[in-house]
Amino acid sequence: MRRLRLRPSTDNLLTYGLVIVAYIVIRILIASGNISSALQGQLVPITAYIVMAISLNLTVGVLGELSLGHAGFMSVGAFTGVITATLLSTFADTTSLEWLSLALGMPWLRLALAMLFGGTMAGIFGFLIGVPVLRLHGDYLAIVTLAFGEIIKNVMNVIYIGCDANGILRISAVSANDLQLSEGGKIILSGPMGAIGITKISSFTAGFILILITLFVVLNLINSRAGRAIKAVRDDKIAAESVGISTWRYRMMAFVTSATLAGAAGALYALNYSTVVARKFDFNTSILILVFVVLGGMGNIRGSIIAATVLTVLPEVLRAFNEVRMLAYAVILILVMLIRNNSTLRRLFRRNGRNGAMRKKNLLNGGKGDEA
Amino acid sequence: MNAAKEKTIMVPLPSQAIIPERDAAKKPILEVHRLGINFGGLVAVEDFNIAVGRTEICGLIGPNGAGKTTIFNLLTKVYKPTSGAILLDGKDTANMNTVQINRAGIARTFQNIRLFRSLSVEDNVKIGLHNEVRYSMGTGILRLPKFFKSERRARERAMELLDIFDMTHLASHRAGSLPYGAQRRLEFVRALATNPKVLLLDEPAAGMNPSETEELMSNIEKIRDRFQIAIVLIEHDMRLVMGICEGIAVINYGKIIAKGTPEEIQANPLVIEAYLGKKKGDEAC
Repeated sequence: MRRLRLRPSTDNLLTYGLVIVAYIVIRILIASGNISSALQGQLVPITAYIVMAISLNLTVGVLGELSLGHAGFMSVGAFTGVITATLLSTFADTTSLEWLSLALGMPWLRLALAMLFGGTMAGIFGFLIGVPVLRLHGDYLAIVTLAFGEIIKNVMNVIYIGCDANGILRISAVSANDLQLSEGGKIILSGPMGAIGITKISSFTAGFILILITLFVVLNLINSRAGRAIKAVRDDKIAAESVGISTWRYRMMAFVTSATLAGAAGALYALNYSTVVARKFDFNTSILILVFVVLGGMGNIRGSIIAATVLTVLPEVLRAFNEVRMLAYAVILILVMLIRNNSTLRRLFRRNGRNGAMRKKNLLNGGKGDEA
Repeated sequence: MNAAKEKTIMVPLPSQAIIPERDAAKKPILEVHRLGINFGGLVAVEDFNIAVGRTEICGLIGPNGAGKTTIFNLLTKVYKPTSGAILLDGKDTANMNTVQINRAGIARTFQNIRLFRSLSVEDNVKIGLHNEVRYSMGTGILRLPKFFKSERRARERAMELLDIFDMTHLASHRAGSLPYGAQRRLEFVRALATNPKVLLLDEPAAGMNPSETEELMSNIEKIRDRFQIAIVLIEHDMRLVMGICEGIAVINYGKIIAKGTPEEIQANPLVIEAYLGKKKGDEAC
């Protein structure tokens, strides 16, 4: 018989510690100028991808449902975030209240609000999609979420949004001219060209804080009454219902939380660039995030963080071997899959709760004292 | 055809159910009238009538495929009955689903064990306590004082329940890695954690050796006495059934063929026929 290895609280502290130490190390590297500019440009996307991976892990690893449209929620959050940030800065210029103008002039507040609204909007979409989708299981759920991601992408591709000088939003599905913006107006979303003229307000520190918030929400959720119910639904739906757990409620809770965090990550991601196109959040991105989750281990939050970081940095590092770059990337992926199933290494990269790998204690005490 | 002219057939209601004398002062906790289900024409259960006293241990026996587990699934609304009524504590359960049935007071175990296998033994019991120890999702995420208070209470309750079956030392083990007998006991504890009025046990002694069965029998009686609940059990082990059940219903082909005390059932020729077949000499009659 296997005992669970670490108390959850100890395990979680390790995860927080890892993130904080990594942040400090990178800050030192930046300060001492020992980091390449290419890598420095990747820092915000990495933090966004880490949040994406953690939030998808909530759906795939903890709830046990395959979602192939996670980039769709990122997209919703990204464009909502861009619109929010633009409106807020317009508002800061036009408002007669001096303190409000001053407050909204601060980029971090605009970023925080953009992430908040982006997350909320993605959460609302998550709920609306969850109503029909969460009646389905397995492959069907995967198919519908995949379709959702594609629909969001295509809708964003034909929508034009602008705001005029007074901060009033105008929406059109025809062309940019159709918005009929007056003098001083600004096009925010220009159909296939995506969101343009974004003021870059994202920062590595903001991404770091978002990771900490995400960890706080996800880890505390998993280790609470609601989290136990979500895991119960994953392990056995019929048994969960037989002990009075509403499966619909807890599947929805996990799905909406996951979508909300993805939305916040989307806002962070988009506000790091001057333009963002809807094509960025396509099926490939959804799969990429799924790869982070699978490679890091289903239900293993720390694994998701490590996988997201390594797999985002890897293509940059491999740039030196330009011709065989994607080949090497694929080989490394395969190697990691193989090595991950090696029991010795698995003890080093132990996974959380699910799928066993809780045998270290057993090995330590020689398998004794565990018998009933 | 003139429907009005047809002769109405009158049927007796409620059924001629029997319950222990000590429970007779109160109305039965579970009353089932003419319960039936058919799956696309196949009649799996038909005209099933039973009443269970508040502290009764009731046995449901019958050959394989007789419809015993189907009856459990009907009682817990895993299947929607096509006919009949189930009254729990005098209240109709017609519009309830599985979750509401559990909250109303019916808990069950499963023939093929259904534990939350990847979770610890303690967590399995805590999930059983889901509706007893409550706090909101926000309280859990923000770790408000109520979270710690509730979690401490949940842990105490879980340990208390595990202690009944001497399982506290297994609390941190993974449920799926327990030996078979312990998994059955854990399922029992989990069902008990939902604070039921009626506990349905589907083959609790399956796969147990005689001494384990002996222990289970005393545990079932102990739980009945301590929690004052009714227990309905499906079992093939006749020593267990005849040893602890006070009322027994025998099912064959989805119908009750006999009801009574263990002595009455043992002497009933219909029951012997259902289990062993007819004697050669009788077939001519």
